[in-house]
Amino acid sequence: MRSILSIAYKELSVYFSSPMAYVISGVFLALTGVFFSDSVDQPFADASVRGLMRSTVFFIMPLIPPIMTMRLLAEEQKLGTLELLLTAPVRDYEVVIGKFLASFLILSATVLLTFFYVLILMYYSAPDMGPVLSGYLGLLLYCTTTLSIGLLASSLTGNQIVSATVGFGVILLFTFIGNLAAVVGGSAAVVLQHISLTGHFDPFARGVVDTGHILYYLVMTAAFLFLTIRSVESRRWR
Amino acid sequence: MSSQIMIEANHLTKYYGDFPAITDVSFAAQKGEILGFLGPNAAGKTTTMRILTGYMPPSSGTASIAGYDVVSQSLEARRHVGYLPETVPLYTDMRVKDYLRFMGTIRGMQTKVIKRRIDEVVQLCHLEEYYVAYISKLSKGFRQRVGIAQAVFHEPDVLVLDEPTIGIDPIQVVETRQLIKGLGGERTILLSSHILPEVSMICQRVIIIHEGEIVAVDTPQSLAEHLEGTERVQLEITGPVSQVVRVLRGIPGVQDVSFTDTGDRHGTYAVISKRGSEMRANLAKAIVEQGWGLLRLEPLSLSLEEIFLRLTTTEEAK
Ligand SMILES: Nc1ncnc2c1ncn2[C@@H]1O[C@H](COP(=O)(O)OP(=O)(O)O)[C@@H](O)[C@H]1O
Ligand SMILES: [Mg+2]
Repeated sequence: MRSILSIAYKELSVYFSSPMAYVISGVFLALTGVFFSDSVDQPFADASVRGLMRSTVFFIMPLIPPIMTMRLLAEEQKLGTLELLLTAPVRDYEVVIGKFLASFLILSATVLLTFFYVLILMYYSAPDMGPVLSGYLGLLLYCTTTLSIGLLASSLTGNQIVSATVGFGVILLFTFIGNLAAVVGGSAAVVLQHISLTGHFDPFARGVVDTGHILYYLVMTAAFLFLTIRSVESRRWR
Repeated sequence: MSSQIMIEANHLTKYYGDFPAITDVSFAAQKGEILGFLGPNAAGKTTTMRILTGYMPPSSGTASIAGYDVVSQSLEARRHVGYLPETVPLYTDMRVKDYLRFMGTIRGMQTKVIKRRIDEVVQLCHLEEYYVAYISKLSKGFRQRVGIAQAVFHEPDVLVLDEPTIGIDPIQVVETRQLIKGLGGERTILLSSHILPEVSMICQRVIIIHEGEIVAVDTPQSLAEHLEGTERVQLEITGPVSQVVRVLRGIPGVQDVSFTDTGDRHGTYAVISKRGSEMRANLAKAIVEQGWGLLRLEPLSLSLEEIFLRLTTTEEAK
């Protein structure tokens, strides 16, 4: 446990000692600001952040998480420091979880900063807090899955750009895979709907907290983290 | 010094795909010993060290550090090793002290101990002026020192140093060698190198590895002595060079003669011949009989460099 925390702590300090954390939070807040004003600046607009959240999921989540994770394991391979980590008395999974934790802390803090928009709504009207809170729960779960995909991509290469691109591609695929369902039809459609990242998010935005959907994100995250750990382990066999 | 075995390799073999990088490598190092691991490029030094440090498992065979098996008790074994990989892996965007602190925390050291050790290793490795500097700003020689500093940071019983003087400038090479020599004592050190004088300068015992197999294990001195019963004699002779060489070559038992022009009126000749005082007497007699002046006759032990050349050439001859 202590190893996980020291690795997370180190990654956090790297995020903050580079412009990375600030740029990411800045871009995130700027974009969500645009989504927010767009969603409320309409006749008969809801006093909700549903529009904001849906846009976030479609436009920000494929991009920002893989950028945040691209460095985490790719750079270790490029610098050769992975050899030090893997010969330190640290288990491979502790390395992966520590890094995941650091990226999750930054991204979730950024997501929670958007609660500012909710405060604005509360000032002008009385938004229904149920969907707001469940929506934030959904967003945080969404972050875990997209970050774990990004981390897997980062474990596969020593090149950060390749890492970000692969992560982006995979998340994008899982974002829009539900749309394929309409094309293929039949039982394949059910499967596609089922593994779609966005399909499981809608209920949260509508105020429904269903353990099935929570479980979906947790299982997906665990699966990608597991693959990442295996991928790191495989460095030992090459 | 107790006779505790701190590094043990038993019949280690490692395949990369179908290619055997090392075959049946066995050796042991006692507590406090500085063991040299000598071999040309691609001999299998890094592969062996990566197995010993728990980076990767062997294809077959076993190894232990401080009595802990590197595969089945990997974490415990790793706790006892400080490792400087060949590439000197450093987080270039960190400051020296933060890097050392991080290496301390992932090795489970207490904050108080880490504080103390930062001061100690900074002094030991002469990093006083650089310890708040970013690693990316350091020269190669100083990066090497940071690499050594992290390897000794947790006061490990065993140090594994993979070619620690490669790619740094000559003055820093000398300093680094002195530093490594000073790290001995209680600690057991395995030092790999392809530079012979380095190993004979630092190490008490040498393992020579070639094409993945151990070809010799001995002290630098007795390796030289046992080699094929030959010795090298250095002679200073006044006389016409070509004739001197011809006469020396003609003496039974002489294997090789080489001439170095020292710029004086006489020259220095190195003769590789059968071992023994009788041989040297014959050399002296032959020279005096020709009426030349024999200014000096000195038996030299073979340098490791030559042993090594021989070992590798006999390997190639197979
Ligand atoms: N990861 C690897 N994959 C395939 N072959 C390798 C790998 N690492 C080393 N080798 C090969 O194994 C042999 C031994 O390499 P190495 O242990 O690095 O030798 P040294 O450190 O003595 O130069 C070399 O022929 C090298 O090409
Ligand atoms: Mg090597």
